[in-house]
Amino acid sequence: MNHIVIIGNGISGVTAARHIRKNSDQKITIISAETKYFFSRTALMYVYMGHLTFEHTQPYEDWFWEKNRIDLKEGFVNTIHTDEKTLELRSGEKFAYDNLIIASGSKPNKFGWPGQDLDGVMGMYHKQDLENLEKYAPNKETCKRAVIVGGGLIGIELAEMLRSRDIPVTFLVRENSFWNGVLPTQESEMINEHIKDHHIDLRLGTNLKEIKSDKNGRVKSIIIEETGEEIFCNVVGLTAGVTPNIDFIKDSGIAFGRGVKVNHFLETNIKNVYAIGDCAEQHEAIGQRRNIEAVWYTGRMMGETVAQTLCGNKTEYKPGHWFNSAKFLDIEYQTYGWVFSERSKKENDVYFQWRHPKDYKCITISFDKNSHQFIGINTFGIRMRHEIFDQWLTENKSIEYVLEYLADANFDPEFYKLYEAEILTKFNSENNTNIQLRKKSWKRIFSKA
Amino acid sequence: MKAIKKTGLIIFLIGLALFIGTIFTGSFNLTQAELDTFIQEKGYKSELIKTELTKGVVTNENLNIFEFSSKIINAIETSNKHYNTLITKYDAEKNWAKKGAQFQYKISGKPHSLTFTLAKKAGKGFAAEKTGLMWFLTFGLGIIGALLFIVPDVVLLGKPGIKNDGIFLSAATNRGWIGWFAFIFLVSFYILLYFYPDYIVNWVYLVEPISQFISGNSASQWFLYGFLYCVVMSVMAVRMYIKYRHNKYQILRTTSVLFFQIVFAFLIPEILVRFEKPWYDFKNAFPLDYDFFFKWNIDELISSGGFGLFILVWGVVLTIVVVPVMVYFFGKRWYCSWVCGCGGLAETLGDPYRQLSSKTLFSWKFERIIIHSVLIFVLVMTSFALYTFFSGANQIIGIKTQTIQDIYGFLIGAIFAGVIGTGFYPIFGNRVWCRFGCPLAAYLGFIQRFKSRFRITTNGGQCISCGNCSTYCEQGIDVRAYAQKGENIVRSSCVGCGVCSAVCPRGVLKLENGPEAGRINPTEILLGNDIDLISLVNKK
Repeated sequence: MNHIVIIGNGISGVTAARHIRKNSDQKITIISAETKYFFSRTALMYVYMGHLTFEHTQPYEDWFWEKNRIDLKEGFVNTIHTDEKTLELRSGEKFAYDNLIIASGSKPNKFGWPGQDLDGVMGMYHKQDLENLEKYAPNKETCKRAVIVGGGLIGIELAEMLRSRDIPVTFLVRENSFWNGVLPTQESEMINEHIKDHHIDLRLGTNLKEIKSDKNGRVKSIIIEETGEEIFCNVVGLTAGVTPNIDFIKDSGIAFGRGVKVNHFLETNIKNVYAIGDCAEQHEAIGQRRNIEAVWYTGRMMGETVAQTLCGNKTEYKPGHWFNSAKFLDIEYQTYGWVFSERSKKENDVYFQWRHPKDYKCITISFDKNSHQFIGINTFGIRMRHEIFDQWLTENKSIEYVLEYLADANFDPEFYKLYEAEILTKFNSENNTNIQLRKKSWKRIFSKA
Repeated sequence: MKAIKKTGLIIFLIGLALFIGTIFTGSFNLTQAELDTFIQEKGYKSELIKTELTKGVVTNENLNIFEFSSKIINAIETSNKHYNTLITKYDAEKNWAKKGAQFQYKISGKPHSLTFTLAKKAGKGFAAEKTGLMWFLTFGLGIIGALLFIVPDVVLLGKPGIKNDGIFLSAATNRGWIGWFAFIFLVSFYILLYFYPDYIVNWVYLVEPISQFISGNSASQWFLYGFLYCVVMSVMAVRMYIKYRHNKYQILRTTSVLFFQIVFAFLIPEILVRFEKPWYDFKNAFPLDYDFFFKWNIDELISSGGFGLFILVWGVVLTIVVVPVMVYFFGKRWYCSWVCGCGGLAETLGDPYRQLSSKTLFSWKFERIIIHSVLIFVLVMTSFALYTFFSGANQIIGIKTQTIQDIYGFLIGAIFAGVIGTGFYPIFGNRVWCRFGCPLAAYLGFIQRFKSRFRITTNGGQCISCGNCSTYCEQGIDVRAYAQKGENIVRSSCVGCGVCSAVCPRGVLKLENGPEAGRINPTEILLGNDIDLISLVNKK
């Protein structure tokens, strides 16, 4: 029987395993050094905040794996011998495989800051990071202040986590506005405001120079590059992005750049070796996507795709329209299609924007200034239907069409106040148009079903 | 703000302590005249009971409620024992006439209920005499303290949004020691209420003036329960309003259950009694209202003329027409989390415990077996009751209707719905009764699962499997198991509380009523992937 070995039990590896089991009888082994059972990495924050226990982050009960004949192996892969199709764990144990899937995910970036390996310095990525945080920042008495370095999604989550236990937080962000390499100014500035509402000491345009140690090798303070200011703290969170976690493949002959190099079929340069998820790097980018996509959804989709290939239905990884979501403290964010920040948007991309006068709610719609084709939407504090936007993107609808039928796309809970009319009024007055809002229609919404 | 909260907690605990302490206060004794009137009212023929009761409770001694209760129960036992001995004796002598004559002297009924009735007449002391003051020191302090504890959250919780910080870090909400204390308190409360009402007669005194004001009648332990229920729901609704102030669905839903509890379950029935109509809760549908078809109830309704008949017809129409039609259009949530009193308590008092329900596959199997057994039980019992009503025969194949009714009333009505159903909130989550026991929920569930427009829509491929939805599902549905597969959630047990949708950090879930086509949508490959792959795999 064919033996498929999967390195990594995150969303990519586990999705691949589940789909291979659905479609075939091959022997499946998942190897992980982090935890025995699959858990949702994105939910780690809720464990520290007390919304969940760690067990709640595990989507499958423990019996699930044996019932589905997916063998779980706790161990760290040291070397891969691609010529003889075996791999070796740090413990010395050897595994033979017929097909190998590398799904080893990411690790937090460290940019060579002095003091970056001191006790009390941590990322927020692995389960071990959570354990570390519980150790160094159990409460505001032990951790009198924490400094977070890096203004992305993990940084703001870590800030939210620490604030849930009333720990003072200083948040160093290199950019002059939060996440403005990705978000348009309107949204980035709104998040800046919201961060300050949560009593987080937000330092924009600020870099870390070094982390200083006390006499026991623990964090004592950090020094700011620009001003030389010293900020005393007990914990430093490094959240300046992630990088593929692939040190163990470096002598295996598998080609790598920043990540494991793969083609559109998720194949590496070595036959029978595949790479998926955060650790995979496309030779050629797909559409406007990055070569390395460290996103939950793309990990899952790559898992679904490679499983098809390994079950005899060779399938190219062709993700559909881009979508993503996040939550910035209390503000939910969803995006469908492409909305680039001012810094990186294309020449013909223009925005239509609306922001609620008082609440933290806003949208940006990106469209082509000549053809008026709808390119993408960011929504903050308003939920939208994935299916509807996916369909509109496929059908190359115009911005006028999208606004006219915007009520179909709303996904907020029942009885919520709707803003489509206000949004449309703003568009009409800015563009001298007279688009009338259509009433929500179940028929259109479920036309695909 | 934190100081106010702490003060509130202290005041609440003082109120609670005084409330519990009230049980032990007061003195109970009767005058000969009072006792004679009681015996006359009850029509007791036994001479012995009179002497025994006189010996026990016509006294100048200051008996507390427990002594008083035990003296009465002793008197009843002594009297009954005496006549039992005579019965045995005449039986041995084959003196059938004399044997038969003894039965009329026996005292029937639950001893603690009889004691309650007597105690209600016999009490003196703080609760009975300084009722207003005592009401303030117990109910009053409890309400004020609880509100002082709850209201500062407007500020302390910060900006509106989901505020579940620290829930699993607090001993009150993670089955810690506070949770166990709450469990013991609630279970004890229900045991006293159902089985030892005489012991809480002092509490009943506290609400006597309110009962007199509303219905003109003397308060029973059930009036106390109804009043307390409304008070607890109102106070905890304030907590809901603050916690979910960003979420209009939760605000409206909370207002609705509160309205139906106070107006339909509490005020209207009491006012009906004032006008000498039968006590009836118009929203309480059979089979949750399990004694609706009992012979005594039907007899009572029929004997109260046109209005009684109206209730009878309404009760039948409610169960057979209104309930299923509404479930078809809106899902069972219209009843379970917008109208029902049990649901109302679960969604207010029980909200802090919703995360404690078990999500395992095992508990789902267990749930289905138990809840459907209760449904079968209630239907069998009702068939017996109706047969008895129409035929007049009090038994079928040797099984007495009364026996079945008594067993159901004890096991399901009291133990399951009360002691376990509410008492176990702090340990097994807030919908123990609704999830495992309620026969109406089982009936609504069938309709919701097989013929309804209601579903929880999963938003394409946006789920990140974080588990907030499953954790905060009070009904123990593993919501994530569906959401992460891109499937809508169509489950008979869903009561549509809307909290899964509220706690989702990625906007994945929405409760909605839409066309039946495509409501159940099993998927293999999720949205976001290549369209060809999706259709290839999903259409297989």
